[in-house]
Amino acid sequence: MAESKAKIKSFSASLCLGGVLVLLLVIVLVGAAMLGAEQLPLFDLNEQQRSIFYDIRLPRILLGACVGASLAVAGAGLQSLLRNPLAEPYLLGVSNGAALGTMLAFVFFQSLEITRPVLAFAGAGLATLAVYRMAKSCAGMNVERLVLSGVIVTTFLSSVIVMLTTLLDAAKLRSFTFWLLGDLSQATRNGVYLSLAAVIIGTIVLTSQARALNLMMVGERDAFDFGVEVSRVRMLVFGASSLVVGAAVAASGSVGYVGLIVPHLVRLSVGSDNRLVVPFSAIAGAIFVVFADTIARTAIAPRELPVGAVTALIGAPMFIYLLRKN
Amino acid sequence: MLEVWDITIRYGERDVLRDVSLSLRDGSIIALLGANGAGKTTLIRALNGTLPLAGGEIELDGCQLSGLSRREIARNIAVVAQENETRFPVTVFEFVLSGRFLHGGAFGWESEGDFEFAEKALAECDLTGYATRLMNHLSGGERQRVVLARAIATNARILLLDEPTANLDLAHQAMMFKLVRRRCLESGASAIVITHDLNLAAEFADEIIMLKHGRIAAKGTPAEVLTAENVADVFGVRVLLDTNPASGNVRVTNVF
Repeated sequence: MAESKAKIKSFSASLCLGGVLVLLLVIVLVGAAMLGAEQLPLFDLNEQQRSIFYDIRLPRILLGACVGASLAVAGAGLQSLLRNPLAEPYLLGVSNGAALGTMLAFVFFQSLEITRPVLAFAGAGLATLAVYRMAKSCAGMNVERLVLSGVIVTTFLSSVIVMLTTLLDAAKLRSFTFWLLGDLSQATRNGVYLSLAAVIIGTIVLTSQARALNLMMVGERDAFDFGVEVSRVRMLVFGASSLVVGAAVAASGSVGYVGLIVPHLVRLSVGSDNRLVVPFSAIAGAIFVVFADTIARTAIAPRELPVGAVTALIGAPMFIYLLRKN
Repeated sequence: MLEVWDITIRYGERDVLRDVSLSLRDGSIIALLGANGAGKTTLIRALNGTLPLAGGEIELDGCQLSGLSRREIARNIAVVAQENETRFPVTVFEFVLSGRFLHGGAFGWESEGDFEFAEKALAECDLTGYATRLMNHLSGGERQRVVLARAIATNARILLLDEPTANLDLAHQAMMFKLVRRRCLESGASAIVITHDLNLAAEFADEIIMLKHGRIAAKGTPAEVLTAENVADVFGVRVLLDTNPASGNVRVTNVF
């Protein structure tokens, strides 16, 4: 019984950590709401402050939370599915697929706003499938093939994006470049609703497949032997990841390293059980991006940094540290 | 009971298994012998419903295997594969508990019963005290025992073991076979075990099947199959045969 008790004890500790994460998210959200080029008080906002809060800051913060949660759960799901801790929407080219889709919508269907998330989702899905097909050989899939396939797809899509930018005028080009690096400043209520819906659906789908993903982390053949319907799980995880990444990229551009760093940190705290890793990554991802965006908004206020540059500045050294530590 | 009639498995144009038949009765152990590339692992994968048949039939308790769902097959058949490696920090207990995938309690979490099955499997495989250790910190032999424990935790009636003793020391090789034998005697389970150890096969198997180039070269009781002629034909080596003084079973000694 000692093993069960130890497991239950560690599960209780994990639930406590979940509570701490929720509390931290609330603190970060409140802090982010108060901080900015215009400092806002916690209570008794005047008319102008109320307008800043409801029309500009709140949508931006909520969008940041949705984007962070989306990228982190997609990273957690893809890493387990592909049995590779380096799998991440940004490194695998999924974000670039979504970015290309968004850009095609931006260039060719500018009047139809809904085409952006739709094409972003399609782009993310196609990029995921392309990387998966390239990485998988008859002997299976190894780290090197996966990373190389991700690099190939990412660079190919980047060149297509660069070619498409020649169709933009100077003002649009600047705005597009800023967006491409990860930008939450264009947050709208509709964008928030869409991202929120996507991240709720995506997180539920990925969490529902978490137990199967625990077996797939060891190997697809292994999971198949133990009763996992591998192709169904693969389709659901690819679909859910593409949905959340598509929605996130359409709203905020490519915010890198979130999907890589956050699930890593969560695993270090609660182990590899995806039933905890996926939902905890959602909360931790939201904290990370809202925190990074607060830095992006305030570091050189009134000017702003792209949030993607801040996540990369925090994420890259942290990733090197984690690699060395493990 | 697992019945196999004249199955053929084809990779491209090549038949890797041809006209293989066997019958695995409840409570029995079949040892599968053969040189590398003889088709042993392919046969195990076919029996688990992983590979499509180019001919023949497999029946599980009178039902066509091809007509059963993945979950139904996995509830009845557990496989211990040759290689298992994870790059994620998974503890031994979590790994063994994952064998309860098809059972579980509410909301996809394990029940008390699942914990008990996992603990019992750990104890049976001499892994008490390993529960919190990480899988990627174990030696090859320890990992092999954990993989076996996970298969046992499924409580499946049929075990298909692909070289389960490959990385094990002498004591744990015997432990593994005794464990499988005990399960067969006590719960009516049955097993097909791929091994390269002819003496272990002679000691623990009820029946031995020798494969050569994807076909059955010999089939029968250990005494019937383990002959100098069969071993020379299948493995291309000369052996001496006598009787194990402790068990009375046939004993094989390599002649170098």
